[in-house]
Amino acid sequence: MTALVLLEHAGSDIKQPSRSAVAAAEKLGEIHALVVGNGIGPAAQAAAKLPGVAKVLVADAPHYDHALAEPVAALLVALAPGYSHLLAAATAVGKNIMPRVAALLDAQPISDIAGVVDADTFVRPIYAGNALATVQSADAKKVITVRAASFDPVAAEGGNATVEPAPAAADPGVSRFISAELSKSERPELTAARVVISGGRGMQSGDNFKLLEPIADKLGAAVGASRAAVDAGFVPNDYQVGQTGKIVAPELYVAVGISGAIQHLAGMKDSKVIVAINKDEEAPIFQVADYGLVADLFVALPELAKELERG
Amino acid sequence: MKILVPVKRVVDYNVKVRVKSDGTGVEIAGVKMSMNPFDEIAVEEAVRLKEKNIATEIVAVSMGVAACAETIRTALAMGADRGILVETDVELQPLAVAKLLQALATKENPGLIILGKQAIDDDMNATGQMLAALLGWPQGTFASKLDFDGDTLTVKREVDGGLETVALKLPAVVTTDLRLNEPRYASLPNIMKARKKPIENVKPADLGVDPTPRLKLVKVVEPEKRKAGVKVASVAELVGKLRNEAKVI
Repeated sequence: MTALVLLEHAGSDIKQPSRSAVAAAEKLGEIHALVVGNGIGPAAQAAAKLPGVAKVLVADAPHYDHALAEPVAALLVALAPGYSHLLAAATAVGKNIMPRVAALLDAQPISDIAGVVDADTFVRPIYAGNALATVQSADAKKVITVRAASFDPVAAEGGNATVEPAPAAADPGVSRFISAELSKSERPELTAARVVISGGRGMQSGDNFKLLEPIADKLGAAVGASRAAVDAGFVPNDYQVGQTGKIVAPELYVAVGISGAIQHLAGMKDSKVIVAINKDEEAPIFQVADYGLVADLFVALPELAKELERG
Repeated sequence: MKILVPVKRVVDYNVKVRVKSDGTGVEIAGVKMSMNPFDEIAVEEAVRLKEKNIATEIVAVSMGVAACAETIRTALAMGADRGILVETDVELQPLAVAKLLQALATKENPGLIILGKQAIDDDMNATGQMLAALLGWPQGTFASKLDFDGDTLTVKREVDGGLETVALKLPAVVTTDLRLNEPRYASLPNIMKARKKPIENVKPADLGVDPTPRLKLVKVVEPEKRKAGVKVASVAELVGKLRNEAKVI
């Protein structure tokens, strides 16, 4: 059995969620990796260094730039005969592409797996993580997206895979990239950060999210938000942690002014240590917090920044 | 342009589901059911497109047990013109749903199919992508804005680092994200009117689709519960605990 893992890259780095997908594939047999894009030599070299990867296939062509679902799915389908499992991280890219691949292979995708039982059997959260389902696939090929927060990523270095070009597949020509507006931030990505500090409706405005910044700076944290804060327009949607946003499991998660709706808990309850700061001592977030501080966040946050400064 | 809007009947998002003690699933008997919230956004978008004279007719489709007709009624009350219920007691997984929708799309010939990016029960996030694949259409997933220009649809998409804009050749499949719009509440007169709108009833066999699930549910368990920890009295105590007890900073 051989698994093919679609990797996402940024320049000469393989993104952490993709390295988690490789970790999930380790339980399935030999691993080949696929990198797609335009002018991606450095990414292919980085992929070859991932421990556990035996072979890297490189699809380097203008129509793979931006990893649009239609051409990349067509490529994966063309490569599928050599593989028992096709995997990607359950990121915006993986979730966009893999179900399309599955349909073309007449397979039911197995989305967002949090565990591998055996080659056909996987564990995945349902109902916003309020239940864990073990499912067994009857399909000839398993098409899988991997919940990155549930698998420790493989290291970025240590492997020595062979690199070869992927056989070309045609662009279906029905979609075209126009533009991207990506948040510019010096901070780590939410799904890869060791520490995450998130604000909720209690922050009261987008401006007040600035109160989180000195703390995030001090802790090397990514800044996130609850859906309530996103819906209120305080911050963009890509900040959203929860069932329909990003799933994170950092070493430390600090929830500020977040009540703790189940949809939010679904995105962060696997964090190692959870801190909640909320003025409502009945807030459900305190039921999952290791350390709870009942306080007005507008007082507590500046104090916290100062206290960390003293460290 | 005709728009097809698939809508799913799911456990209401306010309900905290309970895992059955025998591990065969979650308890849904007697639980409040509603339209999947992302599908409400899809219906709303279709209705707005009709109000802007971009859409000419909106067909709401639901699949599953007979009670899914209620979910179609909700879509009709919001402004859809007619409904199709694909009735079956078989558990429908996204691949089967996509095949059934493909068959309906071949019959109905819509210019756009718009549906939620994910159902809040199985959290699969797959049906729209699979339907687009089966039809050989492009897909605009996680959409936060749509612009039509001739046979081109421009979709602003919510991606991990921000937003991405793609141009798709119509016909296309769009899946909705949260910020595409805010769905309306159906007014009482519209709820009354919806009762008179037609709902066609078909079976999977009428569409030539075998809906047998491909994923076997082995068991369902409750995730390990986190225990509430301690309350700290001050910021200084909090930082002390994080440094010396949890050792995470």
